[in-house]
Amino acid sequence: MTQSSAKDAELPLQHFESVVIRFAGDSGDGMQITGNQFTHTSAVIGNDLATFPDYPAEIRAPAGTRPGVSGFQVRFSSSDIHTPGDQPDVLVAMNPAALVVNIKDLKPGGIVVVNTGQFSDSDLKKAALTKNPLTDGSLSGYRVIEIDINKRVTEALKGTALSSKEVQRCKNFYTLGLMYWLYHRPLETTMKWLEEKFAKRPELAEANKLAMQAGYNAGDIHELFQGRYEVLPCTSMTPGTYRNIMGNDATAMGLVAGAQLAGLRLFLGSYPITPASGILEALASYKHFGVITFQAEDEIAAICSALGSAYAGCLGLTTTSGPGIALKTEAMGLAVSVELPLVIVNVQRGGPSTGLPTKTEQADLFQAIFGRNGEAPIPVIAASTPADAFETAIEACRIAVQYMTPVILLTDGYIANGAEPWKLPKVEDLTPFPATQLKAVPEGGFLPYARDAHLARPWAVPGTPGLEHRVGGLEKAHLTGNISYDPDNHEFMVRMRHNKVMGIRDSIPTPNVFGDSTGDVLVLGWGSTRGAITSAIEELRKKGRKVSSLHLRHVWPLPKDLDKIMACFRSVLVPEMNMGQMARILRSEYPQQNIISYPKIQGQPFRTTELVKKIETLLEK
Amino acid sequence: MAEAQALTKKDFKSDQEVRWCPGCGDYAILNCVQGIMAALGVPKHQICFVSGIGCSSRFPYYMNTYGFHSIHGRAPAFATGIKTANPELSVWLVTGDGDGLSIGGNHMAHILRRNVDVKILLFNNEIYGLTKGQYSPTSPQGLKTKTSPMGSVDRPMDPVSFALGCGATFVARTIDTHLKHMEQVLLAAAHHKGAAFVEIYQNCVIFNDGAFDAFADKTVRDDKTIDLRPGQPMVFGKNLDKGIKIDGWEPRIVPAAEADVWRSDTHSPGPAFVMSQMDSDPAMPRPIGVFRDVPGPIFDRSVHEQIQRAQSTKGVGSLQKLIYSGETWTVT
Repeated sequence: MTQSSAKDAELPLQHFESVVIRFAGDSGDGMQITGNQFTHTSAVIGNDLATFPDYPAEIRAPAGTRPGVSGFQVRFSSSDIHTPGDQPDVLVAMNPAALVVNIKDLKPGGIVVVNTGQFSDSDLKKAALTKNPLTDGSLSGYRVIEIDINKRVTEALKGTALSSKEVQRCKNFYTLGLMYWLYHRPLETTMKWLEEKFAKRPELAEANKLAMQAGYNAGDIHELFQGRYEVLPCTSMTPGTYRNIMGNDATAMGLVAGAQLAGLRLFLGSYPITPASGILEALASYKHFGVITFQAEDEIAAICSALGSAYAGCLGLTTTSGPGIALKTEAMGLAVSVELPLVIVNVQRGGPSTGLPTKTEQADLFQAIFGRNGEAPIPVIAASTPADAFETAIEACRIAVQYMTPVILLTDGYIANGAEPWKLPKVEDLTPFPATQLKAVPEGGFLPYARDAHLARPWAVPGTPGLEHRVGGLEKAHLTGNISYDPDNHEFMVRMRHNKVMGIRDSIPTPNVFGDSTGDVLVLGWGSTRGAITSAIEELRKKGRKVSSLHLRHVWPLPKDLDKIMACFRSVLVPEMNMGQMARILRSEYPQQNIISYPKIQGQPFRTTELVKKIETLLEK
Repeated sequence: MAEAQALTKKDFKSDQEVRWCPGCGDYAILNCVQGIMAALGVPKHQICFVSGIGCSSRFPYYMNTYGFHSIHGRAPAFATGIKTANPELSVWLVTGDGDGLSIGGNHMAHILRRNVDVKILLFNNEIYGLTKGQYSPTSPQGLKTKTSPMGSVDRPMDPVSFALGCGATFVARTIDTHLKHMEQVLLAAAHHKGAAFVEIYQNCVIFNDGAFDAFADKTVRDDKTIDLRPGQPMVFGKNLDKGIKIDGWEPRIVPAAEADVWRSDTHSPGPAFVMSQMDSDPAMPRPIGVFRDVPGPIFDRSVHEQIQRAQSTKGVGSLQKLIYSGETWTVT
């Protein structure tokens, strides 16, 4: 930390490399919006950043209660970062429940900004508190900034035509303004966003702008803080154009890109479910890309319509989470049987059953790879960060089209709602993979289940003269596709479908090792654990530890040469947000390797410190 | 190309051996549908038959068109995907009472209310045939089957009432043994723009033989059924001497001269619903023919109209612009 005097302010300006703020309030307090705005502004001024929204499944749990607390954590930095941070430096608590739920995570000596306007006896009671934490000494280890935001926002908006209820709804922008002041950020990005958001209700745009400005000014006027802080732009980022992106949005854009690279119309059949709905919502607004979105009556109809569209020549797509994927399993089996291009996006959440709808988990891996009746191989790939979801979605489309197969794309709640800066690709740099649809009867006649070099069957789309044929879920004879109950043909076809999927290995790269290619511990991850693993490896390597990591995008089939890579380390640690599913797969595929599972099943992502500790324990052995 | 000449029934027969039980009502329906296809003059590469699972759902294999034998109950979802992907296709859905109304009842409701331009043929044999004889959602109460040895306690549902309740824009009923009638009804369904739902009473010779004899047998049919023909008086009987009058809320039998003129296009589906429930009184004839035929916005067309509108107002989407949208910044 360095200290200097800002030219334009009397208060000293302290520089930090990286800061973590957690905004916490009632689920109706607009904390997600506040956090997102802070994130956008920080992105625009050039910080590297990562976010972690953590909100309840209930839209509005009883106001002021602990289950109703919604949080948004953002970490912004002047250096490269990979996670939203283990512990907040600053906690903004809009009510007693938000304070009591989150205070244990705050860094010792951290700042807690408390809205005292929401600390009446009845507020304490709603939060199940018998004593007021502001006065009982429990916050003595922190720097507490007390401010009556309810009152301040009322004063700021005096004279507007808004009802008192509407005025109170502007509290979050007052808070945001205060944080902008504290961290020396401009208001313009949010001003512009408010104007667009409330284009039809300019009085609300105006009120929120007033509230934000008042919050900003409060920093100067009220002497709440002893100084201001600054986190300079990140200079170590690779040159290029960036934007801030959330995982679901990156997934949606990647799917649009994938369809364009294949030269196909994208058809999404989907049913709203948390946290996958964002992809359906995004794609529904991309009609001008020719995208068809069909909000089906249920999860089953969603995937069935998508598979029907694939038969009719579209790139079929369905998106879901949690129990939704269970409902789609029968149709996935049919997709394996009829061999049509279909992308199935599973934004994993905590399970089983309804489980933890808004929390993250990676426990659907087995289901993705094995979870169907019969021998029904499906390739599975996984995104590792919000921005990575773009490329991974394109890769899912490529495999689906080139191999005429359903593909499962796994993301999770942490990726879906998390955000990070995305170095934008140039469209001309994306490699096209044009789909081939037969236009006429091929020489030698049309055989619906003939095979090409990828073992893919030809795609003959209804509307094409001479290629009339029938597909279905009954076993098909090799080449003709006619119904066949022949025992040898069944074994042949089962092996054919298996070989086709395993053959995808020939088209995927072996991932690079991060760090040295030999050492004591290789941390092997897949999916959203990437950020925490990378941070842990960086930290340990700085200390001279012989540790490296490897991250899988293709989780089934696995890329080639993994065994050779693993053999160069004493042990392989596999951290997963499940009971060790990938570890089990690796043990069965590579029984000679020393594979150690590190499970975490709390609906929460790994913390860097947890990983560092675990790896160090392994190194001591 | 064969399509340039007029197609015949034979053009629509596939090379697959038909494997229904000898005497099954499905044969008559297949034969009639193949004839209809030839009469409609739609090129066979523009036609797609979609089915679920069950005896009736083997239908697509026997049609020399495009076809998709899908999942039990889910044919409406597949058909919706196919038709929405390409509205130029003529999409036909073949289902049964179990497939379409039990496991797939939900999807049936939604394809009808959305008014997807798909022609739906529901073969109702009031039994599960492919699983060898269990009661279905249309089996009459008391029917003794393998799973209802003391008689089914389930109350049956009426497919026509169901379709009307879903807001279907075309609802009709016919009988497998009444070929001329079936042909007329299927042609009317084919010409309807939007979802067309046709219930076909279909005799299962093995597990529910004679289920419809009480009114469908040729010896009693004229007196025990009434053909609803839009714009025509509701008359029936061998000598066309009896008629139906909707008297207040209840239909009753009157001399032919007093019969009401049937209308399938009333603002409310009320009259059609009244007629669909008429035979709950065993003294009344079983209505067949066209219950409802009204225009309505078509789902698949509307989807593409929105896409065109979006493209004409926003311009055809540019991927580069999409990726670079929102607030961006440059690191040098």
